[in-house]
Amino acid sequence: MTVARGSDSISGVSTPATISDTSPILGQSVSRRSLETYLRATPSVDEVAANERAAALATRSIKRESKMHALELTIRMMDLTTLEGMDTPGKVTQLASKAIRPDPTDPTIPSVAALCVYPNMVPTASEALHGTDIHLAAVASYFPSGQAPLAVRVADTQWAQQAGADEIDMVIDRGAFLSGDFVKVYDDIVAVKEACGPAHLKVILETGELATYDNVRKASMLAMAAGADFIKTSTGKVSPASTRPVTLVMLEAIRDFEAMTGFQIGMKSAGGIRTAKDAIRYLVLVSETMGKDWMTPRMFRFGASSLLNDVLMQIRWLRSGVYQNPDYFTKD
Amino acid sequence: MNEKTPAKPEIAPVDFEYASSREATDLVEIDDSYGLWINGASRSPASKRYFSTINPATEEPLARIAEANERDVDRAVKAARKASDSWRRTPGKERAKYLFRIARMIQERAREFAVLETLDGGKPIKESRDFDIPLVAAYFFYYAGWADKLEYAFPGLKPEPLGVAGQVIPWNFPLLMMSWKVAPALATGNTVVLKPAETTSLTALAFARLTAEAGLPSGVFNVVTGAGPTGASLVAHPGVDKVAFTGSTAVGKAIQRSIAGSPKHLTLELGGKAPHVVFDDAPIDQAIEGVVNGIFFNQGHVCCAGSRLLVQESIADHFVDKLKRRLETLRVGDPLDKNTDVGAINSEAQLDKITELVDVGIEEGAGIYQPACELPDRGYFFKPTLFTGVSQSHRIAQEEIFGPVLSIMTFRTPAEAIEKANNTPYGLSAGVWTTKGSRILWMADRLKAGVVWANTYNKFDPASPFGGYQESGFGREGGKHGLLPYLSGVR
Repeated sequence: MTVARGSDSISGVSTPATISDTSPILGQSVSRRSLETYLRATPSVDEVAANERAAALATRSIKRESKMHALELTIRMMDLTTLEGMDTPGKVTQLASKAIRPDPTDPTIPSVAALCVYPNMVPTASEALHGTDIHLAAVASYFPSGQAPLAVRVADTQWAQQAGADEIDMVIDRGAFLSGDFVKVYDDIVAVKEACGPAHLKVILETGELATYDNVRKASMLAMAAGADFIKTSTGKVSPASTRPVTLVMLEAIRDFEAMTGFQIGMKSAGGIRTAKDAIRYLVLVSETMGKDWMTPRMFRFGASSLLNDVLMQIRWLRSGVYQNPDYFTKD
Repeated sequence: MNEKTPAKPEIAPVDFEYASSREATDLVEIDDSYGLWINGASRSPASKRYFSTINPATEEPLARIAEANERDVDRAVKAARKASDSWRRTPGKERAKYLFRIARMIQERAREFAVLETLDGGKPIKESRDFDIPLVAAYFFYYAGWADKLEYAFPGLKPEPLGVAGQVIPWNFPLLMMSWKVAPALATGNTVVLKPAETTSLTALAFARLTAEAGLPSGVFNVVTGAGPTGASLVAHPGVDKVAFTGSTAVGKAIQRSIAGSPKHLTLELGGKAPHVVFDDAPIDQAIEGVVNGIFFNQGHVCCAGSRLLVQESIADHFVDKLKRRLETLRVGDPLDKNTDVGAINSEAQLDKITELVDVGIEEGAGIYQPACELPDRGYFFKPTLFTGVSQSHRIAQEEIFGPVLSIMTFRTPAEAIEKANNTPYGLSAGVWTTKGSRILWMADRLKAGVVWANTYNKFDPASPFGGYQESGFGREGGKHGLLPYLSGVR
């Protein structure tokens, strides 16, 4: 049987009671040699062919009722995000109401999966989401650069979790990864995972800075072995952020990791996904790569902000046959 | 600790099925019956005989097609001969204009041709739309560019057209195979009598009308429809200077025998049993896609299909498991549905042949695997099929099945891979998957194949020549090489 690791809160099923049962895969402390041996088994990725496969799947034609399903699912898989230096409690509270009821005129529209904010905003968001099923994700551990001493990153994470976040989005040390210091990357994740307590950990690879698909695949394997519950493409602060080929490469790594260990790790694509059409292409990619079991927010998430209104607009169009003026949708 | 977490419900996966997304067919007008295209117009056949062409996905008749007999073929060849005198003297620049115009008109009417190709042949609309028709236009554009540059293509030589080309094309890529032959023939100043396959005549006939709309002089391009005897009459006609054939090796041999001793020029593009070699250092997930594309593209009705998978033994189990999983996601069914990956088998006869060879594979003791997909009730369909544990001596490892059937074998060393890959009478194409550049070159040097694809498969470009070794034929189509078979004075 395969289970989501660590966080009962996410899977809601009988998952292992303590984190130490399941993660990290290679142990709390790992030698350079054993980590390198593990990573060397990662198959290479042919960039041209991976791009081609993602492009081929983008030609799927999703119509009528399947389009409506896909749009609703997109909302249910969304980590509605605001990560700006100028965020205020007022802004976060507004976004929380949008997360709970994305379209105030249409109660049939589902809530999003999670609200994603900076740690400072966690208390506000936690209060605003109280009593709902919506998860609260905090980007912690010195987001978005991760360029801080580990103790600071751990303290940041602990604080966010204790303030009410049940999902933590951390970013790996890309510098360490690119310099070949995989042990540092691994140890950081293990430490942050421990600081998460019961919260569920999403590890951001910042694929735009890893540059090659081989690196993306290797970093995915590293993050999963170190205890990630989800692996995530990007912070949204670096361009390029998420792309469909990068998502495909990470999903293939997840598939191999499950075959190897039995652990089913989730995937979050974040940054640059702004249109419903693009979101549906991601869903096609997930469905055809991972199978039907994956079409749930338990396994796949979108990290996005402006995407929600485009999805709402498309739903309105499908139902009424006409496009509404964008001013009919709330901007929060 | 967040007190609301335990209350969060498990969220069941959503059923993510694709609704039917059928390409509209209202753009396509199909006549009740079609005559022969001779001297710029549709003519009733002297034979007074017609045969029907059907949609292999529904088994419903689409139209009646004239069956050309010897007299009809003679009329067509004479028309082409007559037109040859002025067409060969038409300046290359002028010939290019017609070809450019034809290419643009194909682009403008791409959707119509794609739907017609799918209706008559059974291939998935996404392939006729994204592969066949765009490439048809590309080949016409490419050869249009050569028409006025022949003396530069062969410096110091005097390239002259041969005269009348009799071209016989197959049913797997009807319009595309036509473009590979017609575009270079017209560019070099030859006139053409084309014999399309009897199951897929419609796009050639629609193309014939397009040439008239493009103002191509009468008699430069002619179509005689019919089955094997019509093709045999065309090939044997003394007025034909050049024979170009794409199809089975058996028919290719018969053609070569029939024209032996005559001054006719010949190119043959015949069958294949291409090896697709996957090394242990390959980019595995992309190799899976390459192998799937190699054998299930166009239902495996591809002369260069990668029908023999040679996978390194150390990764074989892992690779085959992944391949099986991938097969489950192939969407088999209505070729007109834009989400269909594998469409209909072209004809009942071909379906019977595939079924027979698959039965042989089972009898020979190979392990068969087919995904749990459901096939439509009507029409000719065959499940994507894998055979594991195949030996070189099995018929399914030697004979061209021309269907969605992959024979899987293993190897241990590069030398063994080469030995098995080349152990076939064919030699059209091959694929290699490895991350080592040096190994790609080592393999390409040793593989006896006209085309070797490295870390990809089924890639075509008008500028790249294509053709076979051994029993896969001779002569090249595409590129500058593709001009040679239609010219004299260039060697």
